Amino acid sequence: MDFVPITPRDREIMLQTIGVPSFEALIDGIPEVIPRADLRVPRPLSEPELLRLCGDLAAKNRVLDPEACFLGAGAYSHWIPASVRYITSRGEFLTAYTPYQAEASQGTLQAMYEFQSLLCELTGMEVANASLYEGASALAEAILLALRETGRSRVAMAHTVHPEYRQTVKTYLKQSQVRIMDLPVRNGVTDLKTAGTEVDSKTAAVVVQMPNAFGCLEPVEELSELAHRLGALLIVVVNPVSLGILRSPGSYGADVVVGEGQPLGNELAYGGPYLGLFACRQALVRKVPGRIVGMTRDAHGRRGFTLTLQTREQHIRRAKATSNICTNEAMMAMAAAVYLGALGKEGFRELALHNLQKAHYLFDQLVKIPGVRALFPAPFFNEFAVEMPIDPERVNRNLLAAGFLGGFPLKKWDRQWKDGWLLCATEIHGRAALDRFVLAVQKAL
Amino acid sequence: MKEPFHSEKPPHSPGRIQEPLLKELSEPGRRAFVLPSLDVPQRKLEELLPAPLIRWEPAALPELSERDLVKHFMRLAHLNFSGETNFYPLGSCTMKYNPKVHEEIAAMPGFAKLHPYMLEEGAQGILALLYELEQLFREILGMDAVTLQPAAGAQGELTALLMAAAFHEAKGKPRRKVVVPDSAHGTNPASAALGGFEVVEVKSNSRGRVSLSALAQAIDEDVAVFMMTNPNTLGLFEEEVLEVAALVHEKGALMYLDGANMNALLGLLRPGDMGFDMVHVNIHKTFSIPHGSGGPGGGPVGVKAALKPFLPGPVVIQKDELYRQESPGPLSIGRVRSFGGNVGAMVRAYAYIRALGAEGLRRVSEGAILNANYLKALLKDVYPMAVDEPCMHEFIATAKELKAKYGVKAMDIAKRLLDHGYYAPTICFPLIVEEALMVEPSETESRQALEGFAEALKRIEQEARENPVRVQSAPHRMPVSRLDEVQAAREPNLRW
Repeated sequence: MDFVPITPRDREIMLQTIGVPSFEALIDGIPEVIPRADLRVPRPLSEPELLRLCGDLAAKNRVLDPEACFLGAGAYSHWIPASVRYITSRGEFLTAYTPYQAEASQGTLQAMYEFQSLLCELTGMEVANASLYEGASALAEAILLALRETGRSRVAMAHTVHPEYRQTVKTYLKQSQVRIMDLPVRNGVTDLKTAGTEVDSKTAAVVVQMPNAFGCLEPVEELSELAHRLGALLIVVVNPVSLGILRSPGSYGADVVVGEGQPLGNELAYGGPYLGLFACRQALVRKVPGRIVGMTRDAHGRRGFTLTLQTREQHIRRAKATSNICTNEAMMAMAAAVYLGALGKEGFRELALHNLQKAHYLFDQLVKIPGVRALFPAPFFNEFAVEMPIDPERVNRNLLAAGFLGGFPLKKWDRQWKDGWLLCATEIHGRAALDRFVLAVQKAL
Repeated sequence: MKEPFHSEKPPHSPGRIQEPLLKELSEPGRRAFVLPSLDVPQRKLEELLPAPLIRWEPAALPELSERDLVKHFMRLAHLNFSGETNFYPLGSCTMKYNPKVHEEIAAMPGFAKLHPYMLEEGAQGILALLYELEQLFREILGMDAVTLQPAAGAQGELTALLMAAAFHEAKGKPRRKVVVPDSAHGTNPASAALGGFEVVEVKSNSRGRVSLSALAQAIDEDVAVFMMTNPNTLGLFEEEVLEVAALVHEKGALMYLDGANMNALLGLLRPGDMGFDMVHVNIHKTFSIPHGSGGPGGGPVGVKAALKPFLPGPVVIQKDELYRQESPGPLSIGRVRSFGGNVGAMVRAYAYIRALGAEGLRRVSEGAILNANYLKALLKDVYPMAVDEPCMHEFIATAKELKAKYGVKAMDIAKRLLDHGYYAPTICFPLIVEEALMVEPSETESRQALEGFAEALKRIEQEARENPVRVQSAPHRMPVSRLDEVQAAREPNLRW
C-alpha cells in the first residue's frame, strides 16, 4: 500500500494544467545514460500483512517482565507515566517540524522552554539547549565548546567515562590536533593523584561522569578544584535520575553538564532515539550547539517564544557554526518535560531515593552469595559492579533461560575486569522481584 | 478584503489566550504520578552516600495533578500547526504524511522495551530487521554498504566526511578541502568544518546548477570530497551530474550526495548509478518518520565498496542463521554515538519500505514531482519562479517583485499564510535566490489541498498590492502576533 492520493483522473487534470503530455515529459531533462531504477524490493504489503510481518519480528526479541531486568550500563528501565506516552503521541507535536515559524509553533516552543528550565533546575546550570542526539555525541559537543572557549589543545577525560562515550569523542576529534589524556581509574573512580599530574595549563577540560560507568560516585569536588585551578572547564556527564538525590553539578562548579536523558520518560528501544542533555553556565551561551528557545514579546506586547541565538547555527553561520546539528531529539525532550512535570518536586526525589535504596538492597543480598563480592569500594547510586566466581556471560545465559536479564559483563569494556558484572536496580523492582533475582543468580552459578 | 476563514485550525483552539508556564501552574503537594511504596528496608541516606554529595533541597520541579498536567500540554498542542493538521509545504523538509501503523509497530514491546545490550539470542528479531533494512537501503541507494548509526542527516554528513578523510589518509595522501555549491544546505559546510576540512564554495550557474567551469577551477588534488545535493536546493535536477562526477573522480576526490532531497529520486534513480561514492538519507524526510517538532530523525549513510572498511561500527552480520553485532575492522572511523542508532526510527523506516514495495517507492517520487509541478503551474503567473523549468519535488518562487514594488517580503507572505491555516514554505533559502519561497508539497497531498494553498497565495499577492501593511504586519489570527526576535537574541531569556 502507499499513501499517494493521486488518482488517474487527478493525474490527467494535473498534467493538462502543467501543459505536458505525460509524466515522463517532466523528467526528460534527466540524461538517458543514467539508468532508471528497477528495484529489487519485496512486494508491497497491506496494513494487516505489515503488522503480521513486524509482529513476527518483534516476537523474536525476548520481552521480559521489567521487574526481571537488571541491565543498565547507559540505558535504564523506569516506569513511564501514561501521560508521557499520551502527550508524545499527539500529532500536533509529533508531526510538526522544527519550529521555524514561531507564531504557528507556540506549543512546541513553550514546551522546549519548559524543558530547558527543568533541565537547569536539575543540573544547577544557568542555561540549557533544546536537546542533542544522545549522551555520547552531547559529550563530544561539550568538549568542542571547551576547546573553543579556552583555545587549548588537550582534554583530560576520566577512564571511568562510559567507553562508548570515549570512543565517540575520539571519533569526533579524529581530524583535530587535540590530545585526549586518559585519567586512570583506581578502586572504581578517577585516581586523583595521577589526575593531578595529567591536568595542566594546556588542558581545555576535565571530563568526569557522575555516577561513572561503573556506577561509582566520583570525587567531583576535588576534580572541579583541580580543573579550575588550571583554568580548564569541568564537564560532567550525568544520569539525570541521580540528581534527585545527588548534589547538582552546578553546586560543585561544573561549567558544562551533559548526559543521557533517556531515563526521563523515554523507551529503551534498543539504543535510540535517546536524548542528549546539554546545559552550561550563562557565560558560554553564545558557544552552545543546537537549538535554543527564548521567551520574547509579540507586536502586542504579549508573551511568546521563539528559536533564538540562531547566529550560532549552521543555517546562518555555515562553516563557522558552533555545531553542524540541525535535527535534534525534540520529542524525547518533550517526554522528559512531561515526565518531570508528572513526578514533580517530591516525586522526583522519591524516585531517586527508591533507586538508591533498591540498588543497595540488591547489592547487600548479592554479596551474601558465596564467591560474589563487591568489585569496587566506592559509594554508588542505582548501579554497582560485583566480581563473580564464574564468567558473567555464562551467568547471563543461564539467567535468560530462567527469564531474567542479568547485568553487563565488564570484560566487554576492559579485560582487566574479566569477572566484573555491572547491575542496576530502579524503582521498578519490588522487594519480591529482587529476592527472586538473587535466588536465580545463586542457581545460575 | 475579507479575512480568510480558518478552515484548518482546531475548533477548540484556545486562540489568543495565553497558556501559563508549568511553573506558574504548580501547587505544592500535587502529584501526577505516584510510585508504589518502598518495600525494601530503608537505610539512612548518610549510610549510603557521602554527606557532601547529598542533595538536601530537592530540585524545584513543578507540582501538578495529572489532570492539570495533561490540560497544560494539550493546550500547548493546540497552539501548534503540524503535518497532521495542516498543509506544511516546508521546502527541503519533506513533510509527508506519517502512517499511523508505524507508531503502532514501533510501540510493540518487542521493539520498544528492548535493552540495547540485550544478549544477541534475545534480539534476533531486531537484528534481522536492521540487517534487512541495510540491504534495502543498499538496493534503493545503489550502494555497497550502509551504516544505520548516525542519528540525523547532519551526523550522517559528518560520518561520511570522516570516512573520506580516513580513505585519503589510508592511501597515504591526506586531503584538506571539501567543496560545496553556494546553494548547499548549511549543514554541508558546518559538517565539513567539524570534520577538520577547509570549505571551498563554488558558484552556481545562471540555471541554478553547479557550474562545471567553476567546479573545474575549485577541484584539485587537495580536495577530499565534493558535496552535492541532487535535485539541488532549487528543486532542479543536476543534469551534468555524470560530467561533475568524472571531473571530481579525475582528481581522485569523492562524490558525496546530500540525500535531503531523495524524495524526488525514490525508486526512480539511484545515487550509486549517478557517480556518487557516498550518500546520506534523512529517514525523517524521505522515509516518513514523524519530525517530532525537530527530532528524532535518522541519517543512514551508504557507500561504495572502496569506503566500506571505514564505516563506523558495530555492524550487524548474519552467520549460521544467526544475526550478530560485530566490531568493525581496523580502518573504521569508530562510532559516532552510543549504542546502535535511532533504532525506533529505523523500525518505522523498515515498515514504510516494506509497505510500499518497489512500485510504491516509485509512486512516491512520481507523486512528489507531479504535485510540485502542478502547484508551480498554479502559481507561476502570480509569483515569478527562480528558474522556470520543470522542477523535481520542490520549486522556488520569489517575492522579489512584491518587495520592490510594495515592500512585501517573503517573510511577510510566510506569516500571512499562517492566517490562512497553512504552514509557510522555507524562506530565505537557498541563499542565492532573493526573497525565496521554497515550496515542497510532497506526494501525500491531494490535488484539492494544493489548489487551496495556491488560492491562498494568490489572495495574499492581491492583498500585498492593495493593502501591503496588512501583509507586513501578519500574522493577525494566530495565538501570538509577530514575535520580536531581535529582543529574544539581545536579552536572552532561556529559562524561568
